[in-house]
Amino acid sequence: MKHRALVVLTALAAALALVVSLSVASAGTRHGTAAQSRAATTAPPVPNAKAIKAKYGGQTITFVGDSVGGGHTRDLALATRFTKDTGITVNVTPHPAASDASYSQLVRAFSAKSSSIDVAMIDVVWPGAFAPYLVNLKPKLGAQAKIHSKGIIQNDTVGGKLVAMPWFGDFGMLYYRTDLLKKYGYTSPPKTWSQLFAQAKKIQDGEQKSNSNFYGFVFQGNAYEGLTCDSLEWIASSGGGDFIDNGKVTINNKKAAAILDQMREQIGKITPRGVTSYQETETHTAFIDGNAAFMRNWPYAYSLGEAADSKIKGKFSVAPLPHGSGGHSVATVGGWQLAVSKFSKHQGAAIEFVRYMTSKAVEKFDTITNSNVPTIPSLAKDPAVKKAAPYLKAATANVPRATRPAKFLKGHYNEGSKDIYQGINQILNGSPASSVLPGIQSKLQRLIGK
Amino acid sequence: MASVATPVPIRRRRRRQPKLQRRQTRLGWLLLLPALAAVGFVAVYPLGKTIYQSFTNQEFLAGLTPTKSVGFRNYSDLLHDTLFRNAVWETVKFTLITVAFEFVLGLIIALVVNSSFKGRGVMRAVMLVPWAIPTVVAAQMWKWMLDDVFGVVNDFGTRTHVLSHSHAWISDPSTALASVCAVDIWKTTPFVALLLLAGLQVIPKDLYEAADVDGASKLQQFWKITLPLLRPAILVTLIFRTLDALRVFDVFYVFFGQRTDTQTMAIYDQSTIVGDGHVGDGAAISVAIFLIIFLFVIIYVTVMRVGEE
Repeated sequence: MKHRALVVLTALAAALALVVSLSVASAGTRHGTAAQSRAATTAPPVPNAKAIKAKYGGQTITFVGDSVGGGHTRDLALATRFTKDTGITVNVTPHPAASDASYSQLVRAFSAKSSSIDVAMIDVVWPGAFAPYLVNLKPKLGAQAKIHSKGIIQNDTVGGKLVAMPWFGDFGMLYYRTDLLKKYGYTSPPKTWSQLFAQAKKIQDGEQKSNSNFYGFVFQGNAYEGLTCDSLEWIASSGGGDFIDNGKVTINNKKAAAILDQMREQIGKITPRGVTSYQETETHTAFIDGNAAFMRNWPYAYSLGEAADSKIKGKFSVAPLPHGSGGHSVATVGGWQLAVSKFSKHQGAAIEFVRYMTSKAVEKFDTITNSNVPTIPSLAKDPAVKKAAPYLKAATANVPRATRPAKFLKGHYNEGSKDIYQGINQILNGSPASSVLPGIQSKLQRLIGK
Repeated sequence: MASVATPVPIRRRRRRQPKLQRRQTRLGWLLLLPALAAVGFVAVYPLGKTIYQSFTNQEFLAGLTPTKSVGFRNYSDLLHDTLFRNAVWETVKFTLITVAFEFVLGLIIALVVNSSFKGRGVMRAVMLVPWAIPTVVAAQMWKWMLDDVFGVVNDFGTRTHVLSHSHAWISDPSTALASVCAVDIWKTTPFVALLLLAGLQVIPKDLYEAADVDGASKLQQFWKITLPLLRPAILVTLIFRTLDALRVFDVFYVFFGQRTDTQTMAIYDQSTIVGDGHVGDGAAISVAIFLIIFLFVIIYVTVMRVGEE
């Protein structure tokens, strides 16, 4: 008797635990559902669908796709359309949101020669490392590649083989609240980092009186790939180089140390103290909930800010990121490619999926619904695109780009980037730059010397 | 055994036993075979392979560098690796703090729910709730609760004036370890209590009755009866918890990701193998972790055996 009561109670406890787990899981997807309603704009039809259906209909492929912002919703919408038109079933699996974790996932699959991934989403810095495991797309998609930006096609061509197709581009920008700038008497967004700190401080001091959750500036400060991108912008815009310049490691220099120390001093002052554990999602959540005056982020966040559930709809704009004294504004190059695994058992169907996903119609759809940067230059002139993606205007889109040192680190890129973001995160968490930079310098030197 | 003294029966036994014993031995081995094969497959083979790999420079993505033997280089690198040293130290600190707290709190809870009171069955089930929640989910929940902007902990603390201002428990290096320890203690104390409760229940009740008759106080009963008879359960509990704590991964991974100042041995190992793709270096770290855990087990077993004698 007693035992049975105990079993029942334990089961109840387990059920309670399950409910807690599920509610925690669902709490994290609030903005995902908002994106869902937006992607209702219908996905474009697949051209030449009949021929594809005749050849590959009935096959099933797996696509490891996006997970940030409304990316997964877009992937599902496009995959559903593709399946409807061609009879090829597409399983869409979102990859880990931190791109270094997503890199590790692909390393595991490729090293095991696994056929479980057919189409993968590849960061702009990976083609060099993954080229041996990817199908050469030139024979089948060479013609379509011609409408994409030449620079990205070059980036995705390794040893004469086109190992990936450009899907969408990315660059860092400064998001700012137009209403708050006006309220506190600023006529233009900050040009330098010191101006940013000053404006953020003044606005924060004022706004915190009515909203204790309000902070001046949010960015990606967690120890992950995003911090490599953010810190590259701080250092390069202050004349401190691009981590590795002309094959020489340069990260340990006075200008880099100065801007990093300045950033460290702002942590907890004009940013939440917890910003050193923020990734993209935490950053855009703070901004679109109206809890930040400035945000560094990628273009995808623009559509989230304009969404129906955003509290800052129509109250924000974008500008080039600030620069240090004696430097100029830069934006880290990001962007995603689609690649087909060599170990895929359905390469033909997979390539047709990539053809569809990187077509002009789909890129237009993606830009309008998800505010991603099209990799097809002619799209920037399209009036519908111009309206949905005002950040494509020259002032923000033509800012000089800073490139992560993938071409020097090659297959060791992920490890080198880890050394960088772990070190910078340590600085932001309180260590002086001068005590950390020499260590990063020597680690990077060992990696490119190998 | 020692009483069998005369040589004659021994010889007779020796002659008679082989047939019977051989058959039984054969049957014994036959019955053991599946278990041995399973152990060989899931324990001996992977461990052997890891040790072998730790002497090579194997990479995850073969083709970057051809795999060859490098002798003890991975191990000598490890000796000079400050990140690894820091990871070992962080893990050991975490282990000592959490195991100590969990043991003391778990013992108190076990003693309470072992005594008879109304609603004891409910109490025993309810105390298991933290332990029943998957670690990653619990960690994520606590991460939000400890958040410096929206966290309920800071909100409650500042409203009741326990805290003068919101604190970034997880991001601030000075409170990072304490917060992760607190979550682990919250989550695992019920498990410790459960193991100790099982030990308490096998202690015969008549010992306490006899002690009562002899006029021993409750405190004396605890020190002279409960604690000595609980020793086997304590040993199992401590070994279980220590090994678990030494290979901790999930809570730290959710809380800190790839941050270096709060890296545990397991996270450093994972990031070396999966992140950097250095299978050889990672295997050396794995072997080092194995040896460190082994050391703890030896210490426990020796201490307990000395205590018994």
